[in-house]
Amino acid sequence: MEGRSFGSPWTRLLLATWRALSRAACAMDAESLLLSLELASGSGQGLSPDRRASLLTSLMLVKRDYRFDRVLFWGRILGLVADYYIAQGVSEDQLAPRKTLYSLNCMEWSLLPPATEEMEMQTSVVKGRFMGDPSHEYEHTELQKVNEGEKVFEEEVVVQIKEEKRLVSVIDQIDKAVAVIPRGALFKTPFGPINVNRTFEGLSLSEAKKLSSYFHFREPVELKNKTLLEKAELDPSLDFMDSLEHDIPKGDCGCGLLEQRGTPQMLLRGLARGAARGYLLGVCVLTRSCIQCIGNTLFCHTPSPVTPRPSVFWNE
Amino acid sequence: MGDPPPDPEPPSQPTSSRRSSQVSERRRTRPSVAPLVHEELQQIPLDPQILRGSREALSNQSNLHGWPQSTSLTPNENLVFQAEDSYVNPGFPAAVQRQAYLSEGRLQASQNASLMLQQLQQGEGNLFQELESAYQEPPADLGQFTMYQREDLPFSQGTEHGPYMTDDPTLQFSPSELGFMSFNMELPEPEPRELAVQNAKAYLLQTSINSDLSLYEHLVNLLTKILNQRPEDPLFLLESLNRTTQWEWFHPKLDTLRDDPEMQPTYEMAERQRALFSRSGGGEGEQEMEEEVAETAVPNIMEKAFYFEQAGVGLSSDESFRIFMALKQLVEQQPIHTCRFWGKILGLSRSYLVAEVEFREGEEEAEEEELEEMTEGGEAMEAHDEEEGDEDEDKVMDVIPKPTWKPPPVIPKEESRIGTNRYLYFVCNEPGRPWMRLPHVTPIQIVQARKIRKFFTGYLDAPVISYPPFPGNEANYLRAQIARISAATHISPLGFYQFGEEEGDEEEEGGAGRDSYEENPDFEGIPVLELVDSMANWVHHTQHILPQGRCTWVNPLQKTEEEEELGEEEEKADEGIEEVEQEVGPPLLTPLSEDAEIMHMAPWTARLSCTVSPQYSVAVVRSNLWPGAYAYASGKKFENIYIGWGHKYSPENFNPSLPAPIQHEYPSGPDTIEMSDPTVEEEQALKAAQEQALAAAEEEEEDEEEDEDEDQDD
Repeated sequence: MEGRSFGSPWTRLLLATWRALSRAACAMDAESLLLSLELASGSGQGLSPDRRASLLTSLMLVKRDYRFDRVLFWGRILGLVADYYIAQGVSEDQLAPRKTLYSLNCMEWSLLPPATEEMEMQTSVVKGRFMGDPSHEYEHTELQKVNEGEKVFEEEVVVQIKEEKRLVSVIDQIDKAVAVIPRGALFKTPFGPINVNRTFEGLSLSEAKKLSSYFHFREPVELKNKTLLEKAELDPSLDFMDSLEHDIPKGDCGCGLLEQRGTPQMLLRGLARGAARGYLLGVCVLTRSCIQCIGNTLFCHTPSPVTPRPSVFWNE
Repeated sequence: MGDPPPDPEPPSQPTSSRRSSQVSERRRTRPSVAPLVHEELQQIPLDPQILRGSREALSNQSNLHGWPQSTSLTPNENLVFQAEDSYVNPGFPAAVQRQAYLSEGRLQASQNASLMLQQLQQGEGNLFQELESAYQEPPADLGQFTMYQREDLPFSQGTEHGPYMTDDPTLQFSPSELGFMSFNMELPEPEPRELAVQNAKAYLLQTSINSDLSLYEHLVNLLTKILNQRPEDPLFLLESLNRTTQWEWFHPKLDTLRDDPEMQPTYEMAERQRALFSRSGGGEGEQEMEEEVAETAVPNIMEKAFYFEQAGVGLSSDESFRIFMALKQLVEQQPIHTCRFWGKILGLSRSYLVAEVEFREGEEEAEEEELEEMTEGGEAMEAHDEEEGDEDEDKVMDVIPKPTWKPPPVIPKEESRIGTNRYLYFVCNEPGRPWMRLPHVTPIQIVQARKIRKFFTGYLDAPVISYPPFPGNEANYLRAQIARISAATHISPLGFYQFGEEEGDEEEEGGAGRDSYEENPDFEGIPVLELVDSMANWVHHTQHILPQGRCTWVNPLQKTEEEEELGEEEEKADEGIEEVEQEVGPPLLTPLSEDAEIMHMAPWTARLSCTVSPQYSVAVVRSNLWPGAYAYASGKKFENIYIGWGHKYSPENFNPSLPAPIQHEYPSGPDTIEMSDPTVEEEQALKAAQEQALAAAEEEEEDEEEDEDEDQDD
């Protein structure tokens, strides 16, 4: 991702369905979509009424056809010509790899292949905005060494990269960098699978202000590196993911909490600089009140990836 | 056991003890007596408060006499019970007999009571077996009860019965139970254990007459506290914890000040926003009503929010309404002629809501003067510092050389109502919080803001730490970004604005075109489809900012007269070198189609808000250069909004500019350059040369002397 930036406002609204009021799963998806959109609207991103209506309809059919446990509306990626609307299907195990679908008109959904590291390597050279056409091919010229007998030539090779590939790897990187859940919203059962905690009532205000009460919603990376002493404090059924506390960079460039509108809800705007090596901004909305918990609503926005240069010293 | 024994009869003790032993013998031979006891027990625990209030229990005992009628037993059993009753009663007062087991039996039975009642009602056939099994006393448990019995009932028969009574705990219990001992061996293990646990718990649950707190509750509190607090050495702390827990129980928190401080900020915010909704002053409210709907500078935020929602951007409707109320408040507070909601700039901890206003004529000057005084004061301070510096220099022996670098000429800032300072901007973090006025922007701030990239923190007085250094704090940076965004993204449909006819003839000195326009009264509106199809139907209505940081160009080298006098000589030296080219930007109301492409990327994207029904949708234009800038147009209506982080899009990663090359400290010359040591040959050559020179000099001297002599001679 070095030297590259995505199309700008990425909207990501990851809908979750954990609500203490247990209802039919389909009803929850629909309801929490509207609710999450409302809560995330403070960032200026939303869906127009026609998009909203068509999403509610088509996602229901997606759920039926692909037999997902639940379907999450992931967000939107703005392109120059058209926008991608992204949805993800979740199986029983919440942390298991998800299936990603995209749509250009919110009605017809197509499945995307799973992301691989090779894909990430290939697409990391692409710069600029998305076009909005999955078959669009970016051209990238590379210098390759060609052996011709004894001589070694450097030859310029034009590599074609499909936008679909880039879409897949970018979604994966955003997921890894800024997908966030509050502590306690998911719990690990002794047998392994991770379930939604139905008794979760949201974080209290004092807890919500701490970065340690949020986890990266991905397979833990840092957890293994912790010392035994640090692990002793953790609750294995709840603390099974990386906390945001030790994210780099810290302070004003790290994750910032934002209190919004004085209503009892907490917005988490993370400026996580993860695998993408650029700043990705995410918003996680949490409420505690009658709604209990919305889950996580994420909204990503990459105005400008920032790569700090090695500092230049004044010494001669 | 807080209850006073109902019939404390010290005189009758000998008889009762004798009676119990007699009865026990009889019971051993006749186990069928069991139902009697259970039937009695079952009535007592029906009172839910039995575990706590023992006094009520006593009153219940009066019911005991009516037990056979209140049950649903078969006639056969009733017969047995009656017979039993009649059998037991002769010779002993019934109350005494029951009391003996009641004092503890009711507690034991409390757990089983409901179960037993069910059993009694269900199967008559198995009745006895079930009851028997449920009511076994494990021998191990009895010791505990003996102790406790002795404490609470010193008058009971146990104390009087000699050594065999203490050894044989069964005698501590009511005669009825003694009959069951024979069944002990036949029963399975778990049930008695469970019962034992229940008995122990029941014992712990009892309260004393002095307090309502039972040992059980106290232990629960204590353990909860230990588990919650997780102190390092719980055993060591146990004593003190024990005491504090008890203390806390009897001293509930009465301090209302400590009550739920968590939601404090939320309440505060709600209180602030309530002020927005309540009309200011009761009397004025009535007057306003009479005036009907007067012309107001407050824009119709809700209508615009509706159109932006169609476009898929904008804030939620309730937030929009709060902003509307906040703008109304602003208009009431300030002498505002026009007002517009500019947008929202997101920050790390707080966001800024930005209002773009124009003051009424003449209102602005007074405030500006104040501001200028402030800045002048600042400059005076700086000047003073410099003087001090000069004094220091004199004192220092080794004079520090003055830098030869001269700061670039300061470009004067634009007057208010002109160019970048055309509008005034007020910001607030949230509706209900006070509006704060942003200072005017200076060209140097715009120039530097282009070179840096910072997130806003949400606090206007936060410093902007960056390289190259930004002159000012976050308020200045915010103002500079607002000026840049406005200049780049404020667009309107072609023909909505036109140049004023009078001014049209005047040519601006700078040649940047006319800088004012007026609304076109004949504007009919452009069809939505045409607006989407061609960017030529949209024009910029805010002036382009030149690289200099101003909208109209000023020659930075054109100095005022004073400066000319002071630095005339220097200027002569410089003049030839620096001849600044005039910067020219696109004129006002230039179509968007003229905008430059950056990295093969179209700077604007136009869409229909709804592709399904194009006839009713609005045209939406999105800036690709400033993510977050949107505009819509429908008929004669249009609006611009910016909601974003205040960062310009750049295809490349941002790199801070490198520091300028380092200046030379001093001119390098032979004094400062180290010489290489001379070789021996060179030294010898030098020596020879010196000797030669010396010899020559001597000769000359001699000649001179001779000459002098000659002169003297003359």
